[in-house]
Amino acid sequence: MSEIQNYTLNFGPQHPAAHGVLRLILELDGEVVQRADPHVGLLHRGTEKLAESRIYNQNIGYMDRLDYVSMLCNEHAYCMTIEKLLDIEVPERAQYIRVMFDEITRLLNHLMWLGTHGLDVGAMTIFLYCFREREDLLDAYEAVSGARMHASYYRPGGVYRDLPDSMPHYKASQWHTQSEVDEQNKNRQGSLLDFLKDFTDRFEGYVDEYETLLTDNRIWKQRLVDIGCVTAEQAKDLGFTGPMLRASGVPWDLRKMEPYAVYDKVDFDIPVGTNGDCYDRYVVRVEEMRQSNRIIIQCIDWLQNNPGPVMHEDHKVTMPNRMDMKEDMEGLIHHFKHFSEGYSVPEGEAYCAVEQPKGEFGTYIVSDGANKPYRLKIRASGFAHMSAINFLTEGHMLADVVTVIGTLDIVFGEVDR
Amino acid sequence: MSQYYSELSDKVSNALAEIETVNAVVAHGELTIEVNKDNLVQICQTLRDNQELAFDTMIDLCGVDYSTYEGSKSCASRYASVYHLLSVKNNHRIRVRTWLDDDFPMVDSVVSVWSGANWFEREAFDLVGILYSGHPDLRRILTDYGFIGHPLRKDFPVVGQVEMRYDANKQRVVYEPVSIEERINIPRIIRDDNRYAERFANLSSNNDPAGNESQGGSA
Repeated sequence: MSEIQNYTLNFGPQHPAAHGVLRLILELDGEVVQRADPHVGLLHRGTEKLAESRIYNQNIGYMDRLDYVSMLCNEHAYCMTIEKLLDIEVPERAQYIRVMFDEITRLLNHLMWLGTHGLDVGAMTIFLYCFREREDLLDAYEAVSGARMHASYYRPGGVYRDLPDSMPHYKASQWHTQSEVDEQNKNRQGSLLDFLKDFTDRFEGYVDEYETLLTDNRIWKQRLVDIGCVTAEQAKDLGFTGPMLRASGVPWDLRKMEPYAVYDKVDFDIPVGTNGDCYDRYVVRVEEMRQSNRIIIQCIDWLQNNPGPVMHEDHKVTMPNRMDMKEDMEGLIHHFKHFSEGYSVPEGEAYCAVEQPKGEFGTYIVSDGANKPYRLKIRASGFAHMSAINFLTEGHMLADVVTVIGTLDIVFGEVDR
Repeated sequence: MSQYYSELSDKVSNALAEIETVNAVVAHGELTIEVNKDNLVQICQTLRDNQELAFDTMIDLCGVDYSTYEGSKSCASRYASVYHLLSVKNNHRIRVRTWLDDDFPMVDSVVSVWSGANWFEREAFDLVGILYSGHPDLRRILTDYGFIGHPLRKDFPVVGQVEMRYDANKQRVVYEPVSIEERINIPRIIRDDNRYAERFANLSSNNDPAGNESQGGSA
């Protein structure tokens, strides 16, 4: 007589629904998951170790590559920690720019999440819709920093430069006639802010389109409702933050609770779920997109009316003005020092966190007074969420594992670091 | 902010008075306490269950190797395990640091207090080599299968110790000692900046009533 054993399934690391390089060892009883053992670390690049041998500003670029769909939010946390240690203030205009780009990043992240989550669960159209909107936002990234994804735009003390006055235009070619190109360039006639203004006017309608496709869709609900339920107590115990915690009914958002930058000056609401299942997390994130849109509109209004500096004045720690560098001896010295030796951060330790689209992203820096961090610890929300996957999937069907991975909104850049 | 955390510091000291007298410091608007490793789990339990404190979420846990630390802060030993706790209920944070033995860094696991600590302890074990006794499943997490060493220790080179390539003759992947040399373009340097010295003199006189000015030198 043969004994009935659990079936062990190797899921990933090269599975499209694994959202990157997740290897999941699943113990199945029939089609029911008994135990899930995730193997992470396949994208481990040793960011924390590398950061110890690089000067502070060289590490900004690494922050983009952690959670590579919410780039600027990561930089924000890192820059804030250094600013805390240096004890410097960021000019108000730079703070508004940061908040605006943080929210653009939130839209980018949630659009990516919604598209791929839809695709995992079987909805194709939503994927195309979401990536259509991401295009405009990535153009905004490109206009301000020159890079579409890994912007490296924030600096301790402000942002690298002010917003551009013009948007790049499409050019006619043998594939696109002048009239087609004119149509594409219609909203690119003014500054970046005009371009974003045009986007925010349209975006509310786009979110309605997504909701038409999914919110009351029977298949979508059958796949998501009551899958991966977490109570508020469990969520806190497991270290959940961000939408994962809010969907369980805890109104916790760092933008409200520990307002950083100028979040206390803009008006927005925090959506909260009730059941803590996958469907609630979907609803919370969709509503967050609408709220982000509101914040962006307020930032655009403020930025259009309030010109000013975007970088802290103390050039011992920030990059000097380009003209000063060419005409002024001190400016030249500052420039040379800044880009060769960097600046020393006073001894101490600090932890700063921001409400990244996925949850709380924080950096803990221990400085011994040198020009490089002594120890940099990156607290990634995805790491805590990923660790709960066994808890979330136990007793669910194999197909639900995919839904749960999707709803966690994990990106392996930050889980593995 | 600092005012609030000074008061919180008193509350924490009072709540933990039965267990041990903790050393509490407020700097940059953050509260740090240093505790004895033997009492760690008991202290964590108190921090979580005391209604005035209610640290219900463990945000972060990391190991730090202080062996090449050049600042003036006094390090009790080489390794420290650092916990960042958050109270969602009361909206405040605390950092708990516990110093561990030099040659056998081991401390009790706090998974029984916050189950979210599970992976964070595995990570600290993997990267710094701290052992968490009582952990349900202390395996490596971020490094490769069969990896040797703890990368975030200061004596681990940035370039690593082995490199991997596919050997066509043997028809398999082989590991060899690294062939590249570590390259330092910008040396690590500590600059004294008088402006900060003044600023921090003010900071410590305001927030450090116990007067634990650092004694200099590391253990």
